[in-house]
Amino acid sequence: MKVLVPVKRVVDYNVKVRVKADGSGVETANVKMSMNPFDEIAVEEAVRLKEKGVATEIIAVSAGPSAAQEQIRTALAMGADRGILVEHDGVLEPLAVAKILKAIVAKEGPALVILGKQAIDDDMSATGQMLAALLGWGQGTFASKIEKDGETLKVTREVDGGLETVSLKLPAIVTTDLRLNEPRYASLPNIMKARKKPIETVKPADLGVDVTPRLSVLKVEEPAKRQAGKKVGSVQELVEKLRNEAKVI
Amino acid sequence: MDFALTPQHEALQEAIGRICADLGDDYWLMRDRQGGFPTELHQALAKGGWLGVCMPEDVGGAGLGITEAALMMQTIAQSGAGMSGASAIHMNIFGLQPVVVFGTEEQKQRMLPPLIEGRERACFAVTEPNTGLDTTQLKTRAERRGDRYVVHGQKVWISTAQVAEKMLLLARTTPAEQARKRTEGLSLFYTDFDRSRIEVREIEKMGRKAVDSNQVFIDGLEIPVEDRIGEEGQGFRYILHGMNPERILIAAEAAGLGHLAVSRAAAYAKDRVVFGRPIGQNQAIQHPLAECWMELEAARLMTMNAAWRYDSGLECGAQANAAKYLAAEAGFKACQQAVMTHGGFGYAKEYHVERYLRESMIPRIAPVSPQLILSFVAERVLGLPKSY
Repeated sequence: MKVLVPVKRVVDYNVKVRVKADGSGVETANVKMSMNPFDEIAVEEAVRLKEKGVATEIIAVSAGPSAAQEQIRTALAMGADRGILVEHDGVLEPLAVAKILKAIVAKEGPALVILGKQAIDDDMSATGQMLAALLGWGQGTFASKIEKDGETLKVTREVDGGLETVSLKLPAIVTTDLRLNEPRYASLPNIMKARKKPIETVKPADLGVDVTPRLSVLKVEEPAKRQAGKKVGSVQELVEKLRNEAKVI
Repeated sequence: MDFALTPQHEALQEAIGRICADLGDDYWLMRDRQGGFPTELHQALAKGGWLGVCMPEDVGGAGLGITEAALMMQTIAQSGAGMSGASAIHMNIFGLQPVVVFGTEEQKQRMLPPLIEGRERACFAVTEPNTGLDTTQLKTRAERRGDRYVVHGQKVWISTAQVAEKMLLLARTTPAEQARKRTEGLSLFYTDFDRSRIEVREIEKMGRKAVDSNQVFIDGLEIPVEDRIGEEGQGFRYILHGMNPERILIAAEAAGLGHLAVSRAAAYAKDRVVFGRPIGQNQAIQHPLAECWMELEAARLMTMNAAWRYDSGLECGAQANAAKYLAAEAGFKACQQAVMTHGGFGYAKEYHVERYLRESMIPRIAPVSPQLILSFVAERVLGLPKSY
């Protein structure tokens, strides 16, 4: 079966994010960008499925600026077979991305789409679910284990009470949680091979998708600075401060 | 002229950085205390195919250049591994260039894949106690007896000889007085490190305890003729082939170590509060670190220039030597400044910078002294008379 793995270009998790001076968003110029870590887990899972002989072809797709090719190359170096870049320079909201992916699914016919459960930049955690709804497919979100069993997929999910296992009829959508796997490091021979793998570039309009934003960002600001702690001299002082300053008792 | 790294270079740095991040500062601190070859790093790099970075593709390498190898070595040193990490694989990266260039097809297929796959490690047996950098005057003898050579002699400063399975050996096959030229009469071999005929004594040294350096005594080692690289008597010429790449790589390692020291010092200076402000707010702390950064970057650019010239097939002796000189001195100064920035804590092992300072002496001394580089540049670039 074909597996589609969407990957997103985000600010690297090691970067200390700074808000733009005009409060319209976060600074991304001259900032290190990487593949969303949850998407890396998705790529790894797809590659493992291919190694087990379950998946036959892995297609990495990214929607974003032309530089998002780098993230597709990373996926190719990890073991994806080919890439598709849906090139768009402006804001892409989860619904727009879900519509783009729906169009790609229609074109490519994958039996499985594996995505990160959320992107670490906007933490929307919406694209996978929206795509499942648009396609009318089953979804196994926040997966910590995936097993193929005939024509169904068993997905273990980490929920508050413990582990929940759902059975999905293929084709299906899976979103990955942190503990699904530990992504491999790209090896040098695979980085070299990735250069030769094809990446196809299309525009949202070519897919018939309108990506005009439907949300407007009012303001982005840094979290309030944490205040330094205070040392108290006695229990009485502590109780007094909890009652009158913190007003929690 | 383009100074930007390509996306492939960035992918390379990223991948190497990740492998190195798995080991971390405590690992290298422990290795520096206890010694012991950093097998974890060597095996992780071998598994990822990195040891073959500049080996030909038909023997399992990546077919990249010294530019990529230099980026890789800088990244390893800069990750916190310093020279302990870099030296563990340094020789394996460039040392077999004479086999790549002058070996037969059979030799390449036999010798290179085990090295790239990390199944064998090689040491580089050239330097001798009584000849130093006067390499053409080597005394170790290899006498031809039928289809074998029998070797007697001693070598010194042979890194990784405690763990190596193979050795690249330069030995005399024609007595110096019978050789037609000063540079002839030496032959190059790549052969098994037969411990029944070789005694290895480790040299206790100032730093880089993890990667052993040794005295090597060879007594009756037998080498089959098929382990000789190229023609008999031409070994010196072959070995010269690896010298510029070696200078370039060691320059990259020194620059990486220096950058590591500067970033650690800057992080400390930002955090350490004395007299109610971070010490890094004082120009007496800031300026020397800024100076170190500039010198390291200048040295790094010279290194990349030399690497680019080598990969483009241009003459690069002056640039490779200059890069090694500049990077070694800048790296040493940066490590020294990092210790001073830390004050008393800089002297404590757990702050790591004292280890870097001890390691930063290596690229200054090896593989060639700074004085000999100055003489080389004076003679070959400036056209001044030979002084020694």
